Amino acid sequence: MEELLKVIDKNGLIVGFLCIGILTLGSNWLSKNLLKSRIPGSAIAIFLGLVLGYFGGFFTGGDKGIADIEIFNGIGILGGSMFRDFAIVATALGASYLLVKKSGILGMVSLVFGILIFFISGVVVAFIWGYRDPIDLCTIGAGACTYIVGPVTGAALGASSEVIALSIGAGLIKTIAVTIFTPIFAKKIGLQSPGSAMAFGGMMGTSSGVAAGLAATDPKLVPYGAVTATFYTGLGCLLCPSLFYYLITLLL
Amino acid sequence: MIIYGLALLSFSYLLGQWLGELLGRILGINSNVGGVGFAMLILMLLKELFERKGWWKEESIQGIDFWNKMYIPVVIAMAASLNVKSAISSGNLAILVGILPVVLGFLFFPFLLKRFKQ
Repeated sequence: MEELLKVIDKNGLIVGFLCIGILTLGSNWLSKNLLKSRIPGSAIAIFLGLVLGYFGGFFTGGDKGIADIEIFNGIGILGGSMFRDFAIVATALGASYLLVKKSGILGMVSLVFGILIFFISGVVVAFIWGYRDPIDLCTIGAGACTYIVGPVTGAALGASSEVIALSIGAGLIKTIAVTIFTPIFAKKIGLQSPGSAMAFGGMMGTSSGVAAGLAATDPKLVPYGAVTATFYTGLGCLLCPSLFYYLITLLL
Repeated sequence: MIIYGLALLSFSYLLGQWLGELLGRILGINSNVGGVGFAMLILMLLKELFERKGWWKEESIQGIDFWNKMYIPVVIAMAASLNVKSAISSGNLAILVGILPVVLGFLFFPFLLKRFKQ
């Protein structure tokens, strides 16, 4: 047993490959046999991943989900930003440059609308909740954009750590909500073509959520959604602590 | 050679990330702006170029295609290493601020598509 633990400990990433493989196998089995393929196996696997992430946090109190349990730390490497971004870039293999260029305007328009909708509704909810300080309102609104825009804005404006934590929480909930809602509502909102996927990526912004949601909907759409979504966080970090903060101080 | 494709993917990735960092610096924010998006555009452009030149060989494509197909497993691993517990327990306001705008986004999305579709 000691020897096995030593092997596991030394080969984290390989253990991660094995674990995700087993999880995918189980999810595909569930999808086929219990759900008659009504929900794709990858959607179930991503959802089960979130459940594992919850239990990881529950048992260890850490912030990296299941990866905080020592023998599973390879899952954290596999799901970390390096492999995630590398694999997202590789999906461009299936995308056509011409289609991206054709839908470029729609993608940019949706980026602007997306940031506005998320920021404004976040600020309004916080205002109704009783927050009146412009720094707090702006940080919470930024958190509604993504869990990176929130803390970047909060740090730039000098928000309290309590409000920053709240903005990270809101951003994480957003990622999870987009992941779960996308495959459910994709058909209803007309999310079927590369162009609409580019608009969707710009609108929703959270690149993890958009990528995971589209992967569960139709993997062919992933590169189109990802190519716009990756600009959202940067644009949010640019606008929220500057122009948007200024507008809030004018309004209050 | 598979490594050629993989090296091309790595080149696009690194160049894109570098551009993202530079753009972030120019805009005065301490963050990468669209690095992954730039990398994807670079890879798409290189693919067009290589296809035209006849350098786009089946075996080197496999080096990129492996990571293209590893995408969903990586996303599953990412979901499993998210801080789901703290997200759910960070309070009612965080849940409301996290979900309500997403619902609005889904409601607004069809209008955006209709308005801007040529």
